[in-house]
Amino acid sequence: MASTSLAPKRSIWQRIPVVHQLRQSVGLQRGMLVAGLVLVAIFLLTAIFAPLLAPYGFSQLKGDDGDFPTQQAPSSAHLLGTTVGGYDVLSRVIWGTQTAFLVIVVAIILSIFIGVFLGLVSGYLGGWLDRILVVVADAVYAFPSLLLAIVISIVISGGQSGLWAGVTSAAVSITVVFIPQYFRVIRAETLRIKAEAYVESAKVIGSNRSRIMFRHVLRNATRTLPLIFTLNASEAILTLAGLGFLGFGIEPTAAAEWGYDLHKAISDVTSGIWWTALFPGLAIVLVVLGITLVGESLNDLADPRLRTRRRAIGSLPPAGDVTVIPGGTLDEVGNIDQLEARP
Amino acid sequence: MSAVVDIRDLRVTFATDADPVNAVDGVSLTVEAGQVLAIVGESGSGKTVTAKSILGLLPETATVSGAVMLGANDVVQLSGARLREIRGTDVAMVFQEPSTALNPVYTVGWQIAEGLRAHGKYTRKQAKAKAIEILGKVGIPQPEERVDHYPHQFSGGQKQRVIIAMALVLEPGVIVADEPTTALDVTVQAEILDLLRRCRDEFGAAIVLITHNMGVVADLADRVAVMFNGKVVEEADALTLFSSPQDDYTKRLLASVPKLGSGLARTQERAAARPVIEEAPVVVADNLIIEYPGRFGRSGFRAVDGVSFRIHAGEVLGLVGESGSGKTTIGRAIGGLTRVSGGSLKVIGQEMLGVKEKSFKPLRRDIGFVFQDPASSFNPLLTIAACVAEPLIVHGKARDAASARKRVDELLEAVQLPKAFGDRYPHELSGGQRQRASLARSLALDPTLLIADEPTSALDVSVQAKVLELFSELQKDLGFAALFISHDLAVVDLLADRIAVLYRGKLVEEGTGAEVLGNPQDPYTQRLLASLPVPDPIEQASRREVLRGLRGES
Repeated sequence: MASTSLAPKRSIWQRIPVVHQLRQSVGLQRGMLVAGLVLVAIFLLTAIFAPLLAPYGFSQLKGDDGDFPTQQAPSSAHLLGTTVGGYDVLSRVIWGTQTAFLVIVVAIILSIFIGVFLGLVSGYLGGWLDRILVVVADAVYAFPSLLLAIVISIVISGGQSGLWAGVTSAAVSITVVFIPQYFRVIRAETLRIKAEAYVESAKVIGSNRSRIMFRHVLRNATRTLPLIFTLNASEAILTLAGLGFLGFGIEPTAAAEWGYDLHKAISDVTSGIWWTALFPGLAIVLVVLGITLVGESLNDLADPRLRTRRRAIGSLPPAGDVTVIPGGTLDEVGNIDQLEARP
Repeated sequence: MSAVVDIRDLRVTFATDADPVNAVDGVSLTVEAGQVLAIVGESGSGKTVTAKSILGLLPETATVSGAVMLGANDVVQLSGARLREIRGTDVAMVFQEPSTALNPVYTVGWQIAEGLRAHGKYTRKQAKAKAIEILGKVGIPQPEERVDHYPHQFSGGQKQRVIIAMALVLEPGVIVADEPTTALDVTVQAEILDLLRRCRDEFGAAIVLITHNMGVVADLADRVAVMFNGKVVEEADALTLFSSPQDDYTKRLLASVPKLGSGLARTQERAAARPVIEEAPVVVADNLIIEYPGRFGRSGFRAVDGVSFRIHAGEVLGLVGESGSGKTTIGRAIGGLTRVSGGSLKVIGQEMLGVKEKSFKPLRRDIGFVFQDPASSFNPLLTIAACVAEPLIVHGKARDAASARKRVDELLEAVQLPKAFGDRYPHELSGGQRQRASLARSLALDPTLLIADEPTSALDVSVQAKVLELFSELQKDLGFAALFISHDLAVVDLLADRIAVLYRGKLVEEGTGAEVLGNPQDPYTQRLLASLPVPDPIEQASRREVLRGLRGES
């Protein structure tokens, strides 16, 4: 039986999801979470302040003193060197954060609502609708996701495009792959919650289906979403980079995109030009690592069996201070009525 | 006699997200060879933690101080290989839930042999012979054949026998039995208790029995330790404890155990007070049949088979039966949660055979439902007030939770919960409080019929006593008819005007409490009644003889 003592109300600041987990964590798990949060914070700040941080524009080929040199090693004018096309690598890497961020936002907004709604309806109503949706979701799963993304990107924009068309095509293709994931997770949760007594008690009260679905099931089914959210965010970046690397990304004149830069850097690597490939690649790795670390540690912290705690060593509170019995300590209980806690 | 287990000043503290919790606080106990020590207490009293520390089975978050001497070893200090050596040979464990304690993909013979192989060299043949021998000793019929069976081929009681066999096979000095009969039906419980008694008498094992059931204690224990809040508040031999309890807590605990026959006077009084004028009954079941469909052409399972009964207005019908007897199915059918397959079931005039949700929905306001598990019957994200207001909102009596608040406060007051509890979330209430809130929710629309499906079986005895008292008070004041479903005869006896006994989907006996409990006609009812352990060692010993006689007949 749970303790009846009302936990002191946490302030709003402490109840913000990630902040709460950060305070709760200890040891290695805290290290992972902090590292992930730092990486994600750097990524977000860079995306916001890209116009201030980047020394040049993402499609800039000329400076005050003429054209940029091509394939120039890192120097004071170009801190991370220039590419074969004459772009400044540092600027491209910094501007690339904006594109990556846009893709994450668009992809997740597109997929989360459709996926959650379909999962809820499919799980709760069941029957033939459920069967068809599950088959479709499985069919989408069976497709290689990158291939699917390529096909969709061709359908949408003919392969090459400007910033928004490129971002949307990448996002939509990612969406198609992600909807089944949200669908599956929400459907599984819905099936579990459907059997809970509080859903049955809503049924015996006489609530109609939509009320049960949205008031009782939906809010309880969304617990795991933040975790999939973070994992999908990193997958979104990888898919975008993969599309760009294969040549289906965004034109360099429309936006900076790491996958495209990597694609152009392939021939450089063999001729000893390391800076064109290293920095965009590093950017991808660090952002994905950061988001994944946050997701994984949130996952661990959400599970009381995986969560590590400080060992209770040192001054032990006297027994009865922290009572596990409703009703408080033995001395306080006068008669049987008071075994049940009354404030 | 020498002490086989000697616990000295044991303290266990658990690290939690909040402050550390002292689960066991300075417990000292000794168990002598061939003795049954029962550790009794309500949930959270630290009885299981104390017992598990004998095997060194505490989780990593626990910090232990003190000493647990098992023979010459201090379990607290041992680790790794040494601990593994004494587990099984010196001390063994019997778990609460027999269906999860066995691995479903191995035969029981293999699982018994697993313990043998861990502690010595046995050929496959020797191990099997040993397994057969021990299975025979714990009373599994045809052990030669059954040794190769998988756990799902055994019944719940037999599974518990297998687990006891696993514990006995290495002839440990001590067996720790953690609520060994809680998951079992009363009649099976009596058999398992007999077996545990034989473990002590024939195998000479000392048993540490953890239980919350005073009847089980009276039946089996030699010595009793009562725990409360991590401390042993009283330790005495069984006879002394039951006849003259010293500690206040023990006295209260014993007083709140429902006893058979105590409801008699009250029911007679109520029956006299009830007007004789016959109204139309609230529920009429006539040859009711409920089947669960089978899979892939296999015939369905008939959960309820030709049951007829009626519930009159203002009357409490107690439905008693063991697990699988169909009692919950009947309750769910009346509540419109399970379809009726045959016969006739009329609820407030509405025929439930082939009923459409649309035509049943208006009737739902007249039916309240209290579920078994108070932990899961509330939406964890809504406050208690919002949960209790749900029926009012759904049936258009209130626009939202805020406008229903006045009625919600009245309801909370009626179930003796402070108004302020309305703003709490379900997890911030104890089990008993939650069950009272559940009662408040089911009464929100002033129902004419209340279905209570095992409303107190998840609660501690003292809490159960409170909830039952509240239930009967409310029933008296509001005058609703009720179907009270329970596996516990004593609980039903307290509340019900009439008692119906179900056995394997059939109604074997129905009548007033005095008729069914005082002079049972059906052999099953007789057995059920005799199996129920009473919290009095002397009376229980004589009841045991009666039961033995009954079993001999059948």
